[in-house]
Amino acid sequence: MEYAVEIENLRKEFKGFTLKDVSFRIPKGYVMGLIGPNGAGKTTLIKMIMNLIRKNSGRIFVFGKDHIQHEAEIKSQIGFVYDVPCFYEDLKLKKLASAIAPFYPKWNQELFLKLMNEFELPLGKKFKKLSHGMKMKFSLCLALSHDADLILMDEPTSGLDPVFRQELLAQLSQIMLDEEKTVLFSTHITSDLERIADYITFINNGEILFSSTLDDILGKWGIIKAGKDLLEKKDIPGIMRSQKTEYGIEILTSNIKKAQTILPPDSITEKASLEDIMYFMSKGDKHA
Amino acid sequence: MKIIISNASQKPIYFQIAEQIKNQIISGELKEGEPLPSIRKLAQELQISVITTKRAYEELEKEGFIDTVGGKGCFVAMQNKELLREKKMRMVEDTLSQAVSDAKLLGVRLDELKKMLTLLYKEEE
Repeated sequence: MEYAVEIENLRKEFKGFTLKDVSFRIPKGYVMGLIGPNGAGKTTLIKMIMNLIRKNSGRIFVFGKDHIQHEAEIKSQIGFVYDVPCFYEDLKLKKLASAIAPFYPKWNQELFLKLMNEFELPLGKKFKKLSHGMKMKFSLCLALSHDADLILMDEPTSGLDPVFRQELLAQLSQIMLDEEKTVLFSTHITSDLERIADYITFINNGEILFSSTLDDILGKWGIIKAGKDLLEKKDIPGIMRSQKTEYGIEILTSNIKKAQTILPPDSITEKASLEDIMYFMSKGDKHA
Repeated sequence: MKIIISNASQKPIYFQIAEQIKNQIISGELKEGEPLPSIRKLAQELQISVITTKRAYEELEKEGFIDTVGGKGCFVAMQNKELLREKKMRMVEDTLSQAVSDAKLLGVRLDELKKMLTLLYKEEE
């Protein structure tokens, strides 16, 4: 398999936060969702791929090339959407675009105008006059207008209404028709990912908890709801986290099929959503 | 081709897709040699991940319902009429054996079950 991005033992130490020797790979031609609670390290990780934050150690390869040695070449092939779009405030959108376009050899003015029209963005308006949602759309529009092979998006759906979130997902599936394109986006709105992402990487407190196909995760993980004393009576296969309430216990397992075979009849099992997994993995009680 | 996906279903999405395409092949709605949308096109239309549609097609290919022609895409496989009937019969068998095990759980006797089946069969006519 070919990889668009390869990250090996990446480390970054800040005061009070460390990204701990993170490794994962994004296969070319697919969408990967990066999930995790606030402060997990998602933005740090994405900014490090862009070399906006310097790493302490580890390696990053984009399209098989070292991301610092070939920085300019690599960046011209990346479409990047920040969580807080930051452009020169006093320029009109049209001017902004013509200032940015020369950086990209494959800039497509026709596509840009088409997207501006589709996203209902006014070319003659100043950037500072836009709402947060429109700023996000504009930033996305720029990222999509130069035929980028890798699209990196940091929380692109935060602050957007459901209508535009759907539009964005439709845009992404449109892009994915081309098997040369790869997308990485971080989000904490996991329902956006639950359909469209091929791979999910879950980061918590600077560590990767898993990086796997979405099908695999949704097929194997599950939640068991049972009487409070279940854990005293049985060893639950694949147990990851649990949470006790007044009336019972909820257990997150990464092997629901096997767990089902040993459960008492009064317990129930449910599919785990990404949100369930994110919640349990960050808040539930740990098991050795 | 018609595909309806339920997010609430316990069945995985790839399975839902494969099952529906299979049923349409068995019922003859999808004809032999008919082209299927590409893996990426189908993912776009349904707004689901490429891996999911890929897996659905892989299942269908494994069971001999579709053929993948390199560079051209996927097509409904030539179906052997006998084989098709056999496949349909197996589906009937599967559903019946499910009904039998449910009946056993409830303590329904064989003659009672036969009566029920006879009744249902005649109702359909």
